Amino acid sequence: MSTVATRAAFYTKDLSVYYGEKQAVKKIGMEFPDREVVALIGPSGCGKSTFLRSLNRMNDLIPGARIEGEVWINDQNICDPRTDVVQLRQQIGMVWQRPNPFHKSIYENIAFGARYHGIKDKKALDAIVEQALRKTALWDEVKDRLNQSALALSGGQQQRLCIARSVAVRPSILLMDEPASALDPVSTAKIEELIAELKKEYTIVIVTHNMHQAARVSDRTAFFFLGDLVEYDDTRTIFTNPSRKSTDDYISGRFG
Amino acid sequence: MNLPETRPSADPATPRNAPATAGAPAPKPAGKAAKHRLEEWRGQAFVYLCVLLLVVIIFSIVVFIASRGLTPFVSQGVSVKEMLFGLEWAPEADHPMFGALPFLFGSFSTSLLAAIIAAPLGICAALFMTEMMPKLGKTILQPAIELLAGIPSVVYGFVGLSVIVPFLRHTFPGQGVGIMAGAIVLSVMILPTITTIATDALRSLPAGLKEGSYALGATRWQTIARIILPTTLPALLTGVVLGIARAFGEALAVQMVIGNAPHIPHSLFESATTLTSIITLSMGNTTTGSLHNNALWSLALILLLMTFLFVFIVRMLERRSKHA
Amino acid sequence: MKAKTVDRIMTGVIVGVAVLIIAVLAGLLGYLLVRGLRHISLDFLLSPPQTIKAGGGIGPQLFNSLFLLVLTMIITIPLGLGAGIYMSEYAKPNRLTAFIRLIVEVLSSFPSIVVGLFGLLVIVNMFGLGFSLFSGALALTVFNLPLMVRITEQSLRSVPREQKEAGLALGLSRWRTITSVLLPVAIPSIVTGTILAAGRVFGEAAALLFTAGMSSPRLDFSDWNPLHHTSPLNPFRPAETLAVHIWKINSEGLAPDAAQIAAGASAVLVITVLIFNLGARWLGRVLYRKLTASK
Repeated sequence: MSTVATRAAFYTKDLSVYYGEKQAVKKIGMEFPDREVVALIGPSGCGKSTFLRSLNRMNDLIPGARIEGEVWINDQNICDPRTDVVQLRQQIGMVWQRPNPFHKSIYENIAFGARYHGIKDKKALDAIVEQALRKTALWDEVKDRLNQSALALSGGQQQRLCIARSVAVRPSILLMDEPASALDPVSTAKIEELIAELKKEYTIVIVTHNMHQAARVSDRTAFFFLGDLVEYDDTRTIFTNPSRKSTDDYISGRFG
Repeated sequence: MNLPETRPSADPATPRNAPATAGAPAPKPAGKAAKHRLEEWRGQAFVYLCVLLLVVIIFSIVVFIASRGLTPFVSQGVSVKEMLFGLEWAPEADHPMFGALPFLFGSFSTSLLAAIIAAPLGICAALFMTEMMPKLGKTILQPAIELLAGIPSVVYGFVGLSVIVPFLRHTFPGQGVGIMAGAIVLSVMILPTITTIATDALRSLPAGLKEGSYALGATRWQTIARIILPTTLPALLTGVVLGIARAFGEALAVQMVIGNAPHIPHSLFESATTLTSIITLSMGNTTTGSLHNNALWSLALILLLMTFLFVFIVRMLERRSKHA
Repeated sequence: MKAKTVDRIMTGVIVGVAVLIIAVLAGLLGYLLVRGLRHISLDFLLSPPQTIKAGGGIGPQLFNSLFLLVLTMIITIPLGLGAGIYMSEYAKPNRLTAFIRLIVEVLSSFPSIVVGLFGLLVIVNMFGLGFSLFSGALALTVFNLPLMVRITEQSLRSVPREQKEAGLALGLSRWRTITSVLLPVAIPSIVTGTILAAGRVFGEAAALLFTAGMSSPRLDFSDWNPLHHTSPLNPFRPAETLAVHIWKINSEGLAPDAAQIAAGASAVLVITVLIFNLGARWLGRVLYRKLTASK
């Protein structure tokens, strides 16, 4: 763990999330190494998505949800009520299970966030759009129809556009909530390639139901069960030699 | 722990607030924080103002109408009993009389009769759209109902006056105008309300409920009569009550066909009047502050209180249908 | 076999009712158009009414109705959007919200005559605006606002939650997420609902009797200075609308052709409402297609 500790991009400390009386996430402390991919796995309802959504305070939207504990990003505890959530979320990109592009043109989907954050120059915006689309390997597919609606794209393209949209506001962290589970195998493969490419620049946390995917894309894997973090280690170790029996059971498909 | 910003980067769209290309400097965080807070503050101020306005409007409606409407009882010597049960309305007489029972009778009888006509029709229409021919219902019946809802009330009044009143005059003894004419016009006007709410209620029934009944060999009508209608009864009644509320408050269409004679009629085909009709006809001919004028405001207050009562009943029924 | 017979009879009854409703609508529209279209001519639509002679038109009334509609919508749309945004995005699930919901419900159930009387008392007399287009527009705003609030709230609520999260996750403020991300998605249904509401406003009469008034001054259609007394654009002049006109000539019309004028005016009113109705559906579909780029 020592190598991880020195390069941690951010970490959580005793992080709990409650929905009303129910404790969905139980006192979790995790470190996320800079520019590595961490996969969160576990059966449905184990709290992995809830945990992910508390890393950018997205749970604030759910009535009755309450966070306890700390999440430290860039020397700032984002669970502090004084945190400017709007500014915080700019540093953390998010991608959802179902692609959710804005009902705008392809160009606007990407330029919109950057423009909001103060970049008004048309050339600079063009450059940002191109860069973001190139990073997500979409540029060649869409460069001739940037002004068309994003909703005309295929599901896989839409999902890559959503990643490009997050990247364009220059976050340092990307949160992905089952980003490929609604896509066909070819699109899934493309997303996985993309993750491998993106981790050169971003710290990525990905929730997935697909164990093979976790094994393929992640450097480290965390196994969640009933709101607890059961085991967190190098992906290879988790999949070949887990130290807990329940991890082994889950990975080998005995439950979940 | 290394801070991520220390990592050098040359790529324009790289993360961590690296300097942007083409001379667009990364905005200062402090300035941006102020900007998005200001924007949020302005937006919220606007929406809260709009809501406040709604609250102010409703309170002033109640306060102003009540203050006028209560004056005859408080300081002009008219008793509540006289107004609610008196049969004689003679506001300009030497001994002015303010019996509003004929108006109350007219309002209640037209709206209840309208509901009696429209409720079965509306529920049948809803059954047609949900249980029988959903496709035909959606393409023909639903747009027809929506159109009926859109036709202005003066047009209903005009058609009532030029078609229904002459028809009733030829078919039944009397002048044609009266409660029956008013109720027929109103029934068409409230049909969309009843149908729409009944349709929503029937659509939201769980499919398993019906299938269970069909599986037992029940016919469609048996399923409708024994399962569907009893389960959705509170919601169906909600629609009927909303229909009655609308009929009760409708002014011009009824006024045009009811005849406007201020007494309780002996038959459905004899001239009568309603609360809204008398207000519509007399309000313009009285001077502000006179007893006659204030008495009309008392009638408006009764309309207002009835609205509250209808909303209350609807709320009760909705609570019922949620628990069911 | 008895159950089957009953089933067949009841099926017949229900289908019969559906046919009856269609027949009523068809009869209603047919009657209005057959009786009314004969009297509709360009002259009828443009010329002023006559009090005791035949041959009057509905020009000023038609203009008043349209102008009043525009005024009303200018006031109602921003207020309705604001309150609707509050209801769907900012209202917390607490007692205050329940109370505001009740208020909207009560306000939408007020009979329009009551709204008109309130207008008479407060807008016409207390604010001293007199019988005027502006008073009428304010009264119609009270009448229309709850509907606009409901339309906005429902349209915003039907936007998928992920859209909102996507906006917020990009670091947009809540307000900006609502106005730039959610509203564009909700626009087709807001537009459809607003046009239908406009149809309702166009045909409303009871709320206007004592606010916009039952008379129209002689209008000079060559004078477009809104400050002049005889200018059609002056919002502080009394204005009888088409719907009020129909009511008035039916109850106290003196012109020998009052019945024909009422028929013609009713036909115009219904045709306008039909146009609003079809236009709302059409525009809603077009906007939806345009904004979602689906074929």
